[in-house]
Amino acid sequence: MAKVKMTVNGRQVGSDCEDRTLLVHFLRENLALTGTHVGCDTTQCGACVVHMDGRSVKSCTILAAQAAGSSITTIEGMAKDGELHPVQAAFKANHGLQCGFCTPGMVMTADDMIRRHGANLDEATVRAELDGNICRCTGYHNIVKSILAAAQEMRAVPQAAE
Amino acid sequence: MYETNYHRASSVEDAVRLKSSAEEGKYLAGGMTLIATMKQRLAAPGDLVDIRHIAGLKFISVTGRSVRIGAATTHYDVASSPELKAICPAICDLAHHIGDPHVRHMGTIGGSVANNDPAADYPAALLALDAVIVTNQREIGAADFFTGLFETALEEGEMIVAIAFEAPERAAYAKFRNPASRYAMTGVFVARRDSGDVRVAVTGAGADGVFRHAGMEAALAQNWSPDALSGATTDPADLLSDLHASSEYRAQLVKVMAKRAVAAA
Ligand SMILES: Cc1cc2nc3c(=O)[nH]c(=O)nc-3n(C[C@H](O)[C@H](O)[C@H](O)COP(=O)(O)OP(=O)(O)OC[C@H]3O[C@@H](n4cnc5c(N)ncnc54)[C@H](O)[C@@H]3O)c2cc1C
Ligand code: FES
Ligand code: FES
Repeated sequence: MAKVKMTVNGRQVGSDCEDRTLLVHFLRENLALTGTHVGCDTTQCGACVVHMDGRSVKSCTILAAQAAGSSITTIEGMAKDGELHPVQAAFKANHGLQCGFCTPGMVMTADDMIRRHGANLDEATVRAELDGNICRCTGYHNIVKSILAAAQEMRAVPQAAE
Repeated sequence: MYETNYHRASSVEDAVRLKSSAEEGKYLAGGMTLIATMKQRLAAPGDLVDIRHIAGLKFISVTGRSVRIGAATTHYDVASSPELKAICPAICDLAHHIGDPHVRHMGTIGGSVANNDPAADYPAALLALDAVIVTNQREIGAADFFTGLFETALEEGEMIVAIAFEAPERAAYAKFRNPASRYAMTGVFVARRDSGDVRVAVTGAGADGVFRHAGMEAALAQNWSPDALSGATTDPADLLSDLHASSEYRAQLVKVMAKRAVAAA
């Protein structure tokens, strides 16, 4: 048992947990951030994806202790001032979810891939980048559509500000 | 997961010391194999020594054609390194097709090599590139390093610090991915040097893990083209057979992947 400290969604947090505690359980149970889901026990489904120091990771296969000192962003940290993040808004507008279980992981994955690929993000790349995320409902078409729409929206924002 | 004690190492010496003072300790790099197996209770180390934060283990250096990659360098960093892409795009391409983006953000070359999963990708590259595995104690040639399924020449407590190789003039990797796990159902790495030296290394297929294909190497040394492999054979008796593919099917995949790799090199 040790006190694990990290930054979550911009806020300094610290909580006691066992060394074997997984980051996803630390987020859900110690911090009550239940938006991050657990959908498998084989590191394959991506329902648990969060950002650690700016990169998408599977929080079900990282110990909270490994993440100590890092900066974590979860789905709860995406909307700002009551406004949905552009990726969240695009999933809503394009019917990118049905039951919603995979959605937090999909949104975190989408934001990560949009930031890495910028203007080069095409449909084939989106599909390849979704290799680590499973959805049992949508058949993926509307997820891909949502991500491409969000990518366009996120490109348009800085241009409009110029 | 069973209980465990977590330690974070600040340097290679610190890590080796922490590991040696633990009764049943293990180095922890990206955790994409180790934490995953601990969750299944297939591994239960009493102590974990995290080497991911050791700054000196995360680097890619390219001098002329000499490449050196730190053990804790992630698959993502290998895949997206412009220096590496300029001189050996095959290894970037290989790293880019490991697992999925999230696995690539955490998983490391050292962890993959130390684990020597018979379906892992890097072992094929290291064998075909005639790479050297640099540890805290010595340098081990890839040919002597990979000794069997999940077995390596690493001694108890020995730690990989870097991977080094000379980039060949031509190289490529072709992988038939298991559609569920993303691991190699068969993967073939080919490398050709201007000296005429040709290497063909196969992963995902061998019953004893990664292996070099002497028949294909001889054929390609004569004639570096996919057609040169038309008559090449692989004995199914030496190959894995499981629910994903029979050994006969894998023997055929070895040929097809080798042809694709030569065509792409
Ligand atoms: C969903 C999924 C898909 C995957 N798909 C693929 C794939 O397609 N191809 C592929 O090749 N791999 C695949 N992997 C495995 C992945 O590449 C792992 O990252 C890799 O096998 C282990 O690296 P790691 O850094 O995560 O090591 P860890 O899991 O931290 O450690 C693995 C083992 O290596 C030891 N170790 C780690 N670093 C060192 C070191 N420097 N010196 C000595 N020993 C060390 C540890 O003690 C442990 O025994 C996949 C994994 C997952 C979860
Ligand atoms: S819960 Fe993390 S990958 Fe499924
Ligand atoms: S919307 Fe139900 S799992 Fe994806």
